[in-house]
Amino acid sequence: MIDHVEHALPDYRILPPDVAARMEQIKKRDYVLEIDRVTKVFTQKRNRTVALDSIEFGVHRRELVCVVGPSGCGKSTLIRILAGLEDATEGRILMDGKPVRGPGSDRGMVFQKYTLFPWLDVCRNVMFGIEMGGVDRLEAQRQAMQWLQMIGLEQFATAYPHQLSGGMQQRVAIARALAASPRVLLMDESFSALDAQTRTKMQNYLMEIWRKIDITIVFITHDLDEAIYLADRILVLKPHPGQVEEVIEVPLSRPRRAEQMTSAEFLATKAHLEGLIRSFGASDDMDEDEVTIDLPLLTLVTDQVE
Amino acid sequence: MQGFLASWRLYGRTDRMLRNIFGILAVLLPLLLWSAVSYLPFVWHPQVLITDPGGEEYLETGMRMNRADFARAVTEMQEQHQPVPQGIPSNPVYLPSPGDVLSAFVHAFTSSAPVGAEHSITQAFAHSIRIIFWGFVISSVMGVPLGIMCGSIPAVARLVEPAVDFFRYLPAPAFGALAVAILGIYDAPKIAIIVIGTLFQQILVIANTTRKLDFSLVEASRTLGAKGLRLLFRVVIPGILPDLYRDQRILLGWAWTYLIVAELIGTSSGITWFITQQARYQHFDNVFAAMALIGIVGLGTDMVLGVVGRKLFTWKRENG
Ligand SMILES: Nc1ncnc2c1ncn2[C@@H]1O[C@H](COP(=O)(O)OP(=O)(O)OP(=O)(O)O)[C@@H](O)[C@H]1O
Ligand SMILES: [Mg+2]
Repeated sequence: MIDHVEHALPDYRILPPDVAARMEQIKKRDYVLEIDRVTKVFTQKRNRTVALDSIEFGVHRRELVCVVGPSGCGKSTLIRILAGLEDATEGRILMDGKPVRGPGSDRGMVFQKYTLFPWLDVCRNVMFGIEMGGVDRLEAQRQAMQWLQMIGLEQFATAYPHQLSGGMQQRVAIARALAASPRVLLMDESFSALDAQTRTKMQNYLMEIWRKIDITIVFITHDLDEAIYLADRILVLKPHPGQVEEVIEVPLSRPRRAEQMTSAEFLATKAHLEGLIRSFGASDDMDEDEVTIDLPLLTLVTDQVE
Repeated sequence: MQGFLASWRLYGRTDRMLRNIFGILAVLLPLLLWSAVSYLPFVWHPQVLITDPGGEEYLETGMRMNRADFARAVTEMQEQHQPVPQGIPSNPVYLPSPGDVLSAFVHAFTSSAPVGAEHSITQAFAHSIRIIFWGFVISSVMGVPLGIMCGSIPAVARLVEPAVDFFRYLPAPAFGALAVAILGIYDAPKIAIIVIGTLFQQILVIANTTRKLDFSLVEASRTLGAKGLRLLFRVVIPGILPDLYRDQRILLGWAWTYLIVAELIGTSSGITWFITQQARYQHFDNVFAAMALIGIVGLGTDMVLGVVGRKLFTWKRENG
């Protein structure tokens, strides 16, 4: 059954002319990152979990791709394979056409957990990746300070991570990843621990940075608004086993603004994504629409107001 | 008052003043108890110190005997109309009073103190500290790098840990005779015993600490291009350093427990030898003074190391 609101909305597949032109342009570019029939099977004793099943996808240069899907569909597994932190059971990852072996500084990653080095101050954290690239200390420090300026945290250069708020730590983590000058930035629910306001700010930061430098971003999220707001294309995965359900081209023009989140195109895309995710949920044991918890009534104060 | 009650609750809160008060009480209460037992004649004092043997020929001045036996001697003499033995209540010789111990302790640091390891607390103790120091340094030079490698390199762990686990269960004293046969009778076998007692634990404890490093930090550094030695020296070692430091503090205490064995093999020496000899002469004030010295130095070192650790590792939130 289709929501009656959806009738009033435009088709999410119809791109406005400027977006269509941009999409055309992006597609002409080469693939930076290719996922070549990647399958991942976890075996624990007798249990075999197929986390990913023949995923096939290519990310163009300077594209921002979001990956969405219900919990447990293999998003984290996919991005860890992209980063080289996990090996694919079958298939391979190509970076600029060459297969990758293990992690490397060409694929930076920002994790969901805060992973700044707690023993280094903010500046040294940002310097870490630069120094690993063989740059000498003074030059690394200069570059790190520039990055801190860009994320607006230069006055915290000598603070330690535990003295920063979660949002600030995540900003530093992004700066640290970008400072190592990777070709691709991988982000696994990097903003999910932040409150709504900080999150919106961080999304704008990310797009601002992405506009200024030559970087390709793969961003995992379970927040559909976030996915639509950020992405050029959205890769929708379905669970059990993780497979590509659909690749959506987001019909929103750039630069993105918060007002676009109430536009008809946005709502149409969101309605479609919600429908998709809900259809996966139906096969799952957790159906959020019909939550029936077997719990006796434990309070005398009822919902009714006299 | 409320704060006082709260400090007795499970995970209750305490303020600084209460913590200080409890800290002082922790020292004062045992001392008070000891003083009470020593100086109040009606507390315990199960024996009588003879001051005048009277008519009883088997008694001597300075002798200690049970109260019951003394009472029997007194009635016996009274019946025989002979001079009655006199005595004062006293504790057994193995429990000297705090005052005696304090004077023995102070005397040990004065210029009139006797010399030679058998008679001088300070000389004996200095020797013990040298043994511990070298034992611990030699053990650490081998154990710390090996432990870190076991914790971070799977092949090394597989090759080394089974053997270490095997030797760990062999009691260090079992190596005593072997150590003397190989290394002679002086300090070398003693140091070897400390090393043997500490090293195997050290490798396993440090390997474990290394394994407990937050793996997401390693993964993060890998995505930033760190690998090999740079990963080891820039991420693994700084990351485990506070815990490594804490391990070393605990292991230093471990090394101390092997001192007793170490000092009794070959030519006996050090504080252990001093204590056994003084106990043999029944100079229990010296024995207690030596024990106090070990305790004070041990506690003092650990407290200093604790403060230094907090100063060094301010980034570790639970310390700073
Ligand atoms: N190390 C592992 N060992 C065994 N199974 C695993 C392992 N890691 C992931 N899995 C399984 O793989 C599937 C995908 O996990 P993954 O973490 O990639 O999901 P996800 O899409 O990131 O979920 P979420 O949105 O909750 O983060 C899950 O069914 C999970 O149980
Ligand atoms: Mg995940």
